[in-house]
Amino acid sequence: MLVIENLSAAIGDKEILRGVNLIVPDGEIHAIMGPNGAGKSTLSYVLSGREGYEVTGGTATYNGADILAMEPEQRAAAGIFLAFQYPVELPGVGNANFIRTALNAILRARGEPELDAVAFLKRARAAIKSLSMPDDMLKRNVNVGFSGGEKKRNEVLQMALLQPSLAILDETDSGLDIDALKIVAEGVNALRSATFSALVITHYQRLLDYIVPDRVHVLAAGRIVRSGGPELALELEAHGYAGLEAA
Amino acid sequence: MPAIVETRDTVEALTGAKYKYGFSTDIAMDAFPKGLNEDVVRLISAKKQEPEWLLAWRLKAYAMWLNMDEPEWARVNYPAIDYDDLYYYAAPSGPAPKSLDEVDPSLLSMYEKLGIPLNERAALAGVTPSNVAVDAVFDSVSVATTFRETLAKSGVIFCPISEAVREHPALVQKYLGSVVPQGDNYFAALNSAVFSDGSFVFIPKGVRCPMELSTYFRINARNTGQFERTLIIAEAGASVSYLEGCTAPMRDENQLHAAVVELVALDDAKIKYSTVQNWYPGDADGKGGIYNFVTKRGACRGRNAKISWTQVETGSAITWKYPSCILQGEGSVGEFYSVALTNNYQQADTGTKMIHIGKNTTSTIISKGISAGHSNNTYRGLVKIMPGASGARNFTQCDSLLIGDRCGAHTVPYIENRNMSAKVEHEATTSKIAEDQLFYCRSRGLSEEDAVGLIVNGFCKDVLKELPMEFAVEAQKLLAVSLEGSVG
Repeated sequence: MLVIENLSAAIGDKEILRGVNLIVPDGEIHAIMGPNGAGKSTLSYVLSGREGYEVTGGTATYNGADILAMEPEQRAAAGIFLAFQYPVELPGVGNANFIRTALNAILRARGEPELDAVAFLKRARAAIKSLSMPDDMLKRNVNVGFSGGEKKRNEVLQMALLQPSLAILDETDSGLDIDALKIVAEGVNALRSATFSALVITHYQRLLDYIVPDRVHVLAAGRIVRSGGPELALELEAHGYAGLEAA
Repeated sequence: MPAIVETRDTVEALTGAKYKYGFSTDIAMDAFPKGLNEDVVRLISAKKQEPEWLLAWRLKAYAMWLNMDEPEWARVNYPAIDYDDLYYYAAPSGPAPKSLDEVDPSLLSMYEKLGIPLNERAALAGVTPSNVAVDAVFDSVSVATTFRETLAKSGVIFCPISEAVREHPALVQKYLGSVVPQGDNYFAALNSAVFSDGSFVFIPKGVRCPMELSTYFRINARNTGQFERTLIIAEAGASVSYLEGCTAPMRDENQLHAAVVELVALDDAKIKYSTVQNWYPGDADGKGGIYNFVTKRGACRGRNAKISWTQVETGSAITWKYPSCILQGEGSVGEFYSVALTNNYQQADTGTKMIHIGKNTTSTIISKGISAGHSNNTYRGLVKIMPGASGARNFTQCDSLLIGDRCGAHTVPYIENRNMSAKVEHEATTSKIAEDQLFYCRSRGLSEEDAVGLIVNGFCKDVLKELPMEFAVEAQKLLAVSLEGSVG
């Protein structure tokens, strides 16, 4: 269970999050919506440990552990995965090698046996197939020369193979056509279980047609200003975010 | 004059340093008195029972060296070397071993510790790789060469050069100094005067060498210069892949290594020469380490001959090294693939020279420089197209990667073109490991050091894929180890 209490964070002197409260129980998918500049990406970076984001107050725990005290790689080992809004290119680093190295680092950190190349490739090919992705996805260098849609799909592929228990999707739907959107949604839905939870950050309602959230939260000016069921997303789609900041 | 070399096996544990080859070996040694003069040159020659012509050749080199100045154009700084404070010859004492069975067991176990297979029986039994023949050079002499009989069946000669001087004098006399003359440069002249051992390889006409050949160089003795000399000849239609590896104990003093390598490729011959250089780089404060001043050059004398240099340079306090190709034969090909990594206070000034003489000659240069810590890393290269080299082509790519903000990367390419039909391309980039790349990797579970290792290996991929398989894996690990402590 992810528990965020009164979390505040700043970039330099600028305060972005101003007391976020949020609980995501295991097995649930929560959507975070909100206008530009509300702090949605900042929340995802603070939870995954990016440098340059200073936590100025509050706490965040996952399964009881203080994640804010952990290095990014320790958070990954704890089961947290961030799907990037802008996935990064790694020239010369093969995708399969990258994902396997990451998976083995996580397994090692947990004291579990590592996967050899053959066992990994078998698993990777199966994931590629179930996500309807082209085979060369594994051979290409990480995100190098990928289209915007391919980069997002690669995030989903990594998620499928790293098998996190808490996924944070940072506007994974932006810039995707409807087919790619469905693939991303399938990737998340395939992981749904009583032990998996996700925080889906999005600007638009349409992703939530495919990933149906248990709860929807509206983040505005650094605070959760409204929470509700899936119907809240539809309401926002119809009326926009106007007036929410004052709420 | 037997000298017992002090044991320093414990140094590594005491300093907690990462250089895992830093131990020294306790073995009785013969060494000549310190310093260099004509008598020392004569002594070395006599010790090796050399013919008169070779002694004369050495003395000529020594006379040339006396009149030369140490080069100062490279971007490296070091205190003046006192050439009279060095030993020029050190060797395990006693008669030379005639076979592997006679090699001092403590030497064999040292090579075992280094992961170098000198045991043919183990290799044949599959315990160690059996497709690599090894010549092991310890300080000034070759202590063992494996698989010589197997090679001899196909006519390949692979032996210490001191032995080749005795057994194959005509070949040595014909080719020695024909690519790197005695007076070529200061360090080549020094080497020509005092070279002690190294490998000799001869691949006869039409023969494809049946196994990888490899020389393993080890500096052990204190205050001792290592001056090895390697000569490889591939006759028409012959081909060979040759690997060299180097390590040295961790010592506070700097040690001098001035080698010369000459390659000769005749019509349609191919020589692939790969180096993984991991001499002791000095400690984190820049104390100690090897001064590596090396002259390597290959001559493509025949039509369609090909010489390919691949180097992974991670060691040495100072590296001064420009493996080059003289492309004389029509249609001949020269290649230079290089990874040079410097960390802490290391300095590297390395690159290549491609001299296009024949028609339709082509050369490719791929250089990857990685600088970390307070180090300085320079690519220095020359592409020279002579008037007769119609249709010559060169492609050069120099990429530099900076880790941290206290290191330097420098690129100094020279292009001299005297033929209007030639095509010369040069591309260069300089980049830093981006914060977002590191965070991306770490958010997937990689530690910061593993992330840097992965990114650096990706950066070097175009060069590493040129290495023979086993070496490539070793080189990848070496790059990661050499970068330890460079981030954070």
